[in-house]
Amino acid sequence: MALELKDITYKYSAGTAYEITALDHINVTFPDGEFIGIIGHTGSGKSTLVQHLNGLIKATSGEIIYNGQNIYDKDYSMKELRTQVGMVFQYPEHQLFETTVYDDVAFGPKNQGLDDKDVALRTYEAMEAVGFPQELCDVSPFELSGGQKRRVAIAGVMAMKPAVLILDEPTAGLDPMGRDEILNMLKETHERTGNTVILVSHSMEDVANYADRIIVIDKGQIKYNDTPKNVFKHYKDLEKMGLAAPQVTYFMNDLKNAGMPVSTDATTVQEARDEILKLMGR
Amino acid sequence: MLRDITLGQYYPADSILHKLDPRVKLFGTLIYIISLFLFDNIWGILWITLALVCVVRLSKVPFSFMIRGLRSIIILLIVAGVFNLFLTPGQEIASFGIFKITMEGLRNASLMTVRMVYLIIGTSIMTLTTTPNQLTDGLEKSLHGLTKLNVPVHEIAMMMSIALRFIPILIEETDKIMKAQMARGADFESGNIFQKARNMVPLLVPLFVSAFRRAYDLAQAMEARCYNGGEGRTKMKPLKYVSRDRNAYILIFVAFVVTIVLKVVL
Repeated sequence: MALELKDITYKYSAGTAYEITALDHINVTFPDGEFIGIIGHTGSGKSTLVQHLNGLIKATSGEIIYNGQNIYDKDYSMKELRTQVGMVFQYPEHQLFETTVYDDVAFGPKNQGLDDKDVALRTYEAMEAVGFPQELCDVSPFELSGGQKRRVAIAGVMAMKPAVLILDEPTAGLDPMGRDEILNMLKETHERTGNTVILVSHSMEDVANYADRIIVIDKGQIKYNDTPKNVFKHYKDLEKMGLAAPQVTYFMNDLKNAGMPVSTDATTVQEARDEILKLMGR
Repeated sequence: MLRDITLGQYYPADSILHKLDPRVKLFGTLIYIISLFLFDNIWGILWITLALVCVVRLSKVPFSFMIRGLRSIIILLIVAGVFNLFLTPGQEIASFGIFKITMEGLRNASLMTVRMVYLIIGTSIMTLTTTPNQLTDGLEKSLHGLTKLNVPVHEIAMMMSIALRFIPILIEETDKIMKAQMARGADFESGNIFQKARNMVPLLVPLFVSAFRRAYDLAQAMEARCYNGGEGRTKMKPLKYVSRDRNAYILIFVAFVVTIVLKVVL
């Protein structure tokens, strides 16, 4: 059971003077229960790729198989797919529209056709998961701060309890604390429910800290699909794509070049600390 | 989805018409429209057809793009044509019950159809070969004299270019919000007209909010840079006439004289 892309190609404005190939024969599998990071430079096609996963964009050619079924089959229900594969867009707070926070979060579950009791249950659950104070649920979402709006918007998707949760740059424009809170919340939910999380980001630190596996996209093609350690070994190649490795990777490389016998595998601050302490014999 | 809509319908190509100063094209289009309504005989039609064919060839834009605009006026064309055909008094050539086709009616209907079709094709050529920004630039410069009459030419041009600039942004925004709501199970397609209207709320509210937010941001950005209108303001790409523009003016003038001669002599 997994989400599988077979030979996906997508062209914007196909057949006109403006034709652009955004995705170029992509083959990739997202197994259940993984926390996957997708990184790529602006315009590399990462947002286009994830929008294919719940059928919001239809590929120019290729197949997408979800749980053994081709989602482009005529009798396949896109609506059903979208309740299974949830998608949080960039700046999701721009999609808020209801008069109260509660109604906005409940919009997704209501569309799933649940009865009022289940809708309420899921809405409060989602608000709790994102750390949104319940007493504010009757406030207009437009009166909240930027960080709170973001939480409400993410809760709106999580309330649908998707088996696969896709987030396109969920931390863009947030302060470091807000960023950590949201990512920790995602990780915690992931560990608690075993859902698949696909995190699109261009913060190397974020994906290194949270993802089990990283997919690197450049010019519409998948360049790497591996663990953070193995991907960031190629930091010189990543730089050519306009990306970089986490700062600790550079730090460890500098240490090594300065003559200290450290391993340069570390991708998180924690790992780097352990490595250095080990070297110092503590 | 929505991204596939081409707006401002500019068609990029490397032709002399694309390179021409927008003021020349505006002036040429104006003269062309006047000419269309000057002629009233077969020689005039032939002459304008010849001129139009030359311009179409020069523009390097596929002809199918130019007649696309005709689709929107086809009903109007048929209605106006039928009315002209049956309701013009004059020498009768055929009759169906109370409806009569007259010689004058036939003439009026065909003349009017040709005029309308040529009007659309001609103006399409202008918008297909000129970017919206060039067009507003050209308008601003051409109408500059009106500032003496207290017409806020620069402000109008500015509003036009901002409005044009925002169309693709708002389309992209609509596309994004639509997708975001569809991802939450919203349905924009099914239901009767009232259900459809109600289903649009999750799209329209965020769209309005974002339009106001963007307008506010832009106003602040302009104010922060001390923007205060057209007086003494220079352009990054000022419009300058080169020799091909002068030649084009001469050609337009010659063509117009020929039209008048054809009108007077024949």
